[in-house]
Amino acid sequence: MAKKLTLAAPAQQAAYEPRKEDFAFLRARDIETDQNFASQGYWKGVLLHFFKNRRAVIGLIIVSLIIFFAVVGPMMSGFGYRDIVQTRNENNKRVVAKGISPQIPWLQRLLTGEEPSGAFGGYTFLFGTDDLGRDLWTRTWYGARVSLLIAFITIIIDMIIGMSYGLISGYFGGMADNIMQRFVEIANSVPRLVIVSVLAIFMPKGMGLVIVALLLTEWIGMSKIARAEMLKIKEQEYVLASRTLGARHSHIIFREILPNTIGPIITQVMFSIPTAIFTEAFLSFVGVGIVLPQCSVGTLIEDGFNNITTLPYQILPPIVVLALLMLGFNFIGDGLREALAPKIEDM
Amino acid sequence: MSEEMKTILDIKNLDISFRTNAGTVHAIRGVNLNLCKGETVAIVGESGSGKSVTMKAAMGLLDANATINSGEILYTYTNTSGEEVTVDLLKMSKKEMRQHINGKRIAMVFQDPMTSLDPTMTIGRQIMESMFLHKKMSREAAKARALELLQLVGIPDAEKRFKNYPHQLSGGMRQRVVIAIALSADPNVLICDEPTTALDVTIQAKILELIMDIQKKMGLSVIYITHDLGVVAKVADYVDVMYAGKIVEVGNVNEIFFEPKHPYTWGLLSAMPDLDTDEERLYSIPGSPPNLLHEPKGDAFTARNRFALAIDEKAEPPMFQVSRTHFAATWLLHPDAPKVEMPPELKTMLERARKEAEKYL
Amino acid sequence: MLKYVLKRVGMALLTLLIITFLLFVLVRIMPGNPFPSERMSDEQIANKRAEMGLDDPILVQFGRYMAGVLQGDFGKGTSLYYGAPIKTVLSTAISNSFRIGGIAILVGTLAGLALGITAALNRGRFMDGFCTVFSILGVCVPSYVFLIFLQYNFAFRIPFFPYFFDPNRFLFSTVMPSLSLSLFTMSTIARFTRNEMVEVFDSDYVRLAESKGLYGRKLVLRHVLRNALIPIVTVLAPLVVDLLTGALVVEKIYGINGIGKLMVDAIAGEGIDYNYVLALGILYSTLYIGVMLLVDLLYGVLDPRIRVSAKAEEG
Repeated sequence: MAKKLTLAAPAQQAAYEPRKEDFAFLRARDIETDQNFASQGYWKGVLLHFFKNRRAVIGLIIVSLIIFFAVVGPMMSGFGYRDIVQTRNENNKRVVAKGISPQIPWLQRLLTGEEPSGAFGGYTFLFGTDDLGRDLWTRTWYGARVSLLIAFITIIIDMIIGMSYGLISGYFGGMADNIMQRFVEIANSVPRLVIVSVLAIFMPKGMGLVIVALLLTEWIGMSKIARAEMLKIKEQEYVLASRTLGARHSHIIFREILPNTIGPIITQVMFSIPTAIFTEAFLSFVGVGIVLPQCSVGTLIEDGFNNITTLPYQILPPIVVLALLMLGFNFIGDGLREALAPKIEDM
Repeated sequence: MSEEMKTILDIKNLDISFRTNAGTVHAIRGVNLNLCKGETVAIVGESGSGKSVTMKAAMGLLDANATINSGEILYTYTNTSGEEVTVDLLKMSKKEMRQHINGKRIAMVFQDPMTSLDPTMTIGRQIMESMFLHKKMSREAAKARALELLQLVGIPDAEKRFKNYPHQLSGGMRQRVVIAIALSADPNVLICDEPTTALDVTIQAKILELIMDIQKKMGLSVIYITHDLGVVAKVADYVDVMYAGKIVEVGNVNEIFFEPKHPYTWGLLSAMPDLDTDEERLYSIPGSPPNLLHEPKGDAFTARNRFALAIDEKAEPPMFQVSRTHFAATWLLHPDAPKVEMPPELKTMLERARKEAEKYL
Repeated sequence: MLKYVLKRVGMALLTLLIITFLLFVLVRIMPGNPFPSERMSDEQIANKRAEMGLDDPILVQFGRYMAGVLQGDFGKGTSLYYGAPIKTVLSTAISNSFRIGGIAILVGTLAGLALGITAALNRGRFMDGFCTVFSILGVCVPSYVFLIFLQYNFAFRIPFFPYFFDPNRFLFSTVMPSLSLSLFTMSTIARFTRNEMVEVFDSDYVRLAESKGLYGRKLVLRHVLRNALIPIVTVLAPLVVDLLTGALVVEKIYGINGIGKLMVDAIAGEGIDYNYVLALGILYSTLYIGVMLLVDLLYGVLDPRIRVSAKAEEG
């Protein structure tokens, strides 16, 4: 760092000539008390921090936008996600909108001044159509909806399982904790792939398999965090006080401690959701996930891959949606983590 | 103390600000400080008053977001050919600082011994490091000297401890190691940044005595950064009271403890627990230090000052001289100001303390 | 230290045994019939079952199976590669996968370290920003998407690399799958290294080292890197798992006969091949537990706080 050295005196107000009346006591005023931020509520402070973080806000916007489109997107085009778009041409023969590149008629008109030609000239296909003639805009957002639903459902269930497990294990400690932690260790030593492959024996391929596979693996991380938080909070005075007053275990665990573990758990949730989306995409791509005619981000990428040499644009929308979801949730997670445990330099 | 002492470290009009996300913090606002050979100066103040930053500037350890707006830190030493040289530490590059000053001439002891040692390196190696760097010693010589230092700082079983890692030592032991590291290249100035705050009370006294003992043996000049007036009374020759990035009162230890002039110093002294004081009378300074993001107009202490004058809100007080060595920056010392005495409860407390002290002298 | 090692190894072996047993039981109690019933009569099936020992108690069956496994004998597939012993198929697959995965891990780790260190040393400058963007990209886009991108551009549009894996042009066909697999490792390690180093740079002990007079390369090598790199070892285990998962799709896309593709064929094909599922399950679990064990041991070696037990004495 270049140090600027000005040897001149620092900027100071011109020497003040004191007058007589200046030497009166200042009375009848409040001694100034804390100007700090201690009076602020905890969650208000966290939120304030979160929204000051540019990346976190970007993440939030991205995720909100995708959720918005996942909800209303499929309805905007007027095509169903499994509808094959077809019409009749001038010879009254049925034609199917196979492999049409992205097109927006009014934009074409505006740019070229010509009326778009062809049987589907007047149709809007924002993302084009696939090899079977289905509208990709609809399919992309429908797929995003499926992927998000899977992620939210599983992660919420995992959160409940993992938190209960971790809180109970950490709260009771001793033998119970020991046994429960050995179990976690073993469960954690089974690669997710192996769990999926065994599940594939017992379950039909499809959304169920994806959800169960995620349920079996994602709770572990949550339980570890919940347990660590529990161990930290357990020894604090207010819990001790509650215990000496004779509160029931369930009261202490779920009323006194649980609310204080929420922060780190929500952060973990924000990191688990992209993992779930990633896993779903991966399983569907491999062929044990979502099955036809359903679609998800994973199957859309697979479709795109299968048609890449003929319809190269087809793979882009699901990939972009996937990447944006990952990015958005990771940003939100990072932002939450920083907001919950701010470092001095971010203040 | 001899009358004519040589100044070894002279900080002049130091002015530092930090860029933060929230804005520029003007942390040091014109600090002057003087350290003579062999003497001990204590800088006292609340957290955030800028004591550590001042000393970090002298060590070239300021964070990257710091800007030095003005000032100089003059350091005088005798070079290898016996000539006296004075350099401005602020004009030196980081590399020059590390090569010629840090460890070799000015060393530092940090606040928390639990975190200031490298956990992956044996304490022996950490002590020898500076010797290799600055003295180009051989391994054997360095090891012999390191063992000597370990004994000097009062670590039993030095031979065995030499091979230990920091986590194998207790907090007090680690602070002794940190002191040994600071001494390893024979510096002539030692900066101790709250060296005992993180330690148990019983160990605090031992560490302070150790530093004083070594100071005598090695002829060191020592600067203490502390908020603990107990430490100051025990070790310091001169005291600098710092508030909101400025020195508000300077004097020798007797002047500060028995004839303090600045209301802030009164507050600090009153806050010092004393066995005989009635608890209700315990005075504390209301409020908290100003946020230097928003630079105060006039005297920074006005808002918390029971004895604030109208002028305090208009202009910063200059340093008024009280005695040859005693200065204070408060308008109360202006000839036109109303005569204000320190709070009577403080006066009785200090009177009592003086008598106590005289008994032992 | 020896106690630490023995304890870890013992735990790992025990865990592996438990998992293997569970896998065995789960796969053996599978619903349905391992033999195509339309081609065999009930009597034939009964004979076959007896011959294969399927009517013995499960523990006996498990013991027999494990005795075979320890000699590398996993039996034969039930629907994949009829007739060929799993051992043969598996050994080819392992050698393919390990080469590609090995290169990916190696390249990813080294490049990630280099990137992370560069970023930390140039904190707040261009390289730091680049590292951040790169690692975000690498974490947000799955490895197979990178492969699809590479394949489309550099094998299809510009036919420079082979479009599918070609064992005869091994080195050449390794480039794209290894590279795409390494990106995730690279970006994770880069981000982690950067953050760890920045944290160490801000630590008290680095401040003390600076106050001793250390600077530049000596400071980084002696005090920063060592402390920053120890925790990086811990991300290696999850990275290997992610790599294995990624390899599944990458091998499928690029037509590599590796363990990942084998797994896909075993579970996603028409009929599930129970014996392959079992064999691959054991293989994957062993790999994973082995890597975790290795990381644990490595951590122990690197971090004196584990290597040398604490014996603090008050002074």
